[in-house]
Amino acid sequence: MLPFNFDYYTPKTMKEAVDLYQDLDQQGKQPMFFSGGTELITLGRINLAYTEAVIDIKDIAECKVMQVSGDHLFLGSSLSLTRIEEANLFPLLTKTVSEVADHTARVKITLGGNICAQIFYREAVLPFLLADSQVLIIGPDGEKIIPINEIFQEQLRLKKGEFLVQVATETQFIGAPYFSVKRRQQWETGYPLITMAALKIDREIRVAISGLCPFPFRSKEVEASLNNRGQSVEARIDRALAVMPTPILEDVEGSAKYRLFVLKNLLLDVMAALDGVRVR
Amino acid sequence: MKSHTIMLDINGDSRIVTVRSADTLLNALRGKLGLTGAKPGCLNGDCGACTVNVDGWPMKSCLMLVVEAVGKKITSIEGLKQAPIQQAFIENFAFQCGYCTPGFIMNCHSLIEQYPDADDTTIKEWLESNICRCTSYIEIEKAVKSVLKRN
Repeated sequence: MLPFNFDYYTPKTMKEAVDLYQDLDQQGKQPMFFSGGTELITLGRINLAYTEAVIDIKDIAECKVMQVSGDHLFLGSSLSLTRIEEANLFPLLTKTVSEVADHTARVKITLGGNICAQIFYREAVLPFLLADSQVLIIGPDGEKIIPINEIFQEQLRLKKGEFLVQVATETQFIGAPYFSVKRRQQWETGYPLITMAALKIDREIRVAISGLCPFPFRSKEVEASLNNRGQSVEARIDRALAVMPTPILEDVEGSAKYRLFVLKNLLLDVMAALDGVRVR
Repeated sequence: MKSHTIMLDINGDSRIVTVRSADTLLNALRGKLGLTGAKPGCLNGDCGACTVNVDGWPMKSCLMLVVEAVGKKITSIEGLKQAPIQQAFIENFAFQCGYCTPGFIMNCHSLIEQYPDADDTTIKEWLESNICRCTSYIEIEKAVKSVLKRN
């Protein structure tokens, strides 16, 4: 039960949702778009999230799309992670999201909700960063299609009144060799220490990482280091570690030093899996 | 619209209830409808004690607003009438204190309905969603497998 009241709206069209947001914002209701809603429900309960108007976008047809059309896969933002796993249209995405929270929670957590979450892991974004996907966003200025690597800088840079509608991914990335792993402090449940997703395309390895920094990222500098085939694997990984973004997280899940230790081993695993190179 | 009068389809019955938008399904089941089988545990989506079945899938009722449940078929533990998994829990003594049991049974029931030939990996993946402080995990696994085997 949430300790505050709010109005609840279920718009049927994107325009209706956008107009509602603007009206409610003008009324000072601090409106919030809502899909799975797990974050509002859990953070709201302990007064870390607040709204007076919830706009549930689950009934909007465009947000429920899941189809391959032409050479793109389109995934709606209100699809639950379980539905994405069951359909398995993008194996790297399936593998990555299958480690988020737990199975029952993933019936409720949505693709858009995870990508736009306050919680810093936001692991569902990793495969899309690797696949140079594009996002469809709607807001007061209308529809926009933007490369995810442009608009996702630590988080999805939505303007006020905008929401994520769909993610489009070229099918050439969907069939590419991939690697995805989530390392936890211990056992097989709980928050990640580090989650890494990797893809090999055009003989180049791409990596995206969550849990190392207080935001998920894909780094061109890191990838350039890993793909510098003139050097030994150890040298490439050492160079990649030297150009990681900062700050490195230091929290109850693990110290910065331990995270970098785990990361180094994960990068060795990536190189072995996708490049066939092993260090004895 | 901070409060709504809505009709819910629960355990095959239509129930009319007036709720706050901010009420979770768990609040409404226990506080408004007298269905106290779904248990409040962490209230944070972690423990699974409040699991019910919504449109055939397990759902942590603390993670769902009751207004989201309109138009969906909700089954709580009270709606299971001698389901095979209930008997299997008894036969395998798959509980000790029993607090987590309704949630475990509802998750197991959904698993059996969705995947009647579930393998070990699928069983483990699904049942990781629930926590048993009495650690009856081995017995719960036996109970689920005994029903799946019959399938």
